[in-house]
Amino acid sequence: MNEPILKTENLTHVYSPGTPFEMTALNGVDLEIRKGEILGIIGHTGSGKSTLIQHLNALIKPTSGRVLLEGRDINESKSAIRQARSRVGLVFQYPEYQLFEETVYKDIAFGPKNMKLSPEEIDRRVREAAGFVGVEELLDRSPFDLSGGQKRRVAIAGVIAMMPEVLVLDEPMAGLDPGGCREIMDNILSYHDKTGAAVVVVTHSMEEAARRADRMVVLNHGTVAMSGAPEEIFARGDELRKMGLAAPVMTELSQRLRALGVELPGTVYTVEQMAAALLELEGGRGRA
Amino acid sequence: MLKDVTLGQYFPGDTVVHRLDPRTKILMVILYIAALFNAKSWISYGVVLVFLAAAIAVSRIRLKAMLKGLKPVVFIVVLTSLLNLLYGRGEIIAQWWIFHITREGIKAAILMGARLVMLVMGTFMLTYTTSPIMLTYGLELLLNPLKKLKVPVHELAMMMSMALRLIPTLIEETDKIMSAQKARGAEFDTGNLIEKAKAMLPILVPLFLSSFRRADELATAMEARCYHGGEGRTRLNVLKMAARDHITLGVGLALLAGVIALAKLGL
Repeated sequence: MNEPILKTENLTHVYSPGTPFEMTALNGVDLEIRKGEILGIIGHTGSGKSTLIQHLNALIKPTSGRVLLEGRDINESKSAIRQARSRVGLVFQYPEYQLFEETVYKDIAFGPKNMKLSPEEIDRRVREAAGFVGVEELLDRSPFDLSGGQKRRVAIAGVIAMMPEVLVLDEPMAGLDPGGCREIMDNILSYHDKTGAAVVVVTHSMEEAARRADRMVVLNHGTVAMSGAPEEIFARGDELRKMGLAAPVMTELSQRLRALGVELPGTVYTVEQMAAALLELEGGRGRA
Repeated sequence: MLKDVTLGQYFPGDTVVHRLDPRTKILMVILYIAALFNAKSWISYGVVLVFLAAAIAVSRIRLKAMLKGLKPVVFIVVLTSLLNLLYGRGEIIAQWWIFHITREGIKAAILMGARLVMLVMGTFMLTYTTSPIMLTYGLELLLNPLKKLKVPVHELAMMMSMALRLIPTLIEETDKIMSAQKARGAEFDTGNLIEKAKAMLPILVPLFLSSFRRADELATAMEARCYHGGEGRTRLNVLKMAARDHITLGVGLALLAGVIALAKLGL
């Protein structure tokens, strides 16, 4: 098991304390993000997902508890905060709404420029980041002339250009068509595969989270309700349903088939896995 | 951060003050301000203060929230009091260089400071206890007579309620965009004035764009629901003045009359 790069310890956050709007968004969250892993964070709306990830690069200060980047508290000093901002890249929900420059190139260069890198290094990073998300041809265009999916990819490139060791994405696929979803997911995975960065994907959709995640964490009412490998999580379908979530449709189907006595092999949470499992079963029967 | 702005904030509640007709509350604020500006002596100030304290107590607004809202006006209050203190006329108590402190000056400083603080707190009572929708509805009803003069009262009220409605949304949006740009290493509180102004660009451009988009969407949504201005438009909940409104207004009139009477008596 890889060692953790980013850790939260007993993280608690209360919004508007002492007013009628007081709300505890996070309550004693212990989370570990390990080097090079893909972590899925799932939870229904209002479970504290967004609050949690904004703690990971010191955008929000914890009410109590700590966030440690390789053992060092990221809220300790201004330089620690600055370091956390570049080492932990955070892509917000609907990131296309934060584009502002005249050209795609300039927009992607915003992050590296803020890191005070040399012009050559900035240029290298912009082109590399554009490559990861497949927008090399669009660098001279205005970001406002692009399609929704292209804008989203440009915005993600703007964070990738900072070459973060942990890339955190909040609902990166929200509002895109299936083709767009796959492209974005592939872009993110190619960044992960080529740089070995840890990737944290926050979502409420089980299918997306399951596809490649090494580990999953389920948030419920500001606390970690479950954590483990996807198959361990999905085996607890009833509990998930109680939290307003559900295991992927194919997992549910496989569980029901097994309950009926069909002995499906392996773990199933995608249509492809289901097809493979059924074929294997069919093959076994042919031999028998 | 930006969410701490208390301007025009509404604290939901279920007290008599919250339930009062918005028209009553608007009129009460006018009567209260009139009384406050007619108050000349310690006694009349005391009367107005008792009224304000009673209103705050009944509405169960926390004093902390009241004081927090006063923060932006502290400077003006201190400055006004200082000017009154240092440039008063009358019996001189202490003197230094061009400044001289007089007995009347001290009194004027205290009363002027108190007047400003009470003015702000009184108007807070209105916005703290009345939802923006009720407030604009009340205003629309009060301004209704102006329709005879071809003043587009309904449209103005609608614009006001939309503006009020969009303030929290815009603040939230600004917060979000700021966070997103901070995540990309932007810093807003370093550098000189020009650098700071330049640093606002990554916030303002997305904010303007989304405001236009929002306005466009809202207009479409309203037209899709057949909105075409105020003509023939009715309300689901029609406001009616209740006994408590009449009593409250009576108290307000009594307050103003009392303060004016005290002033006439030279108190």
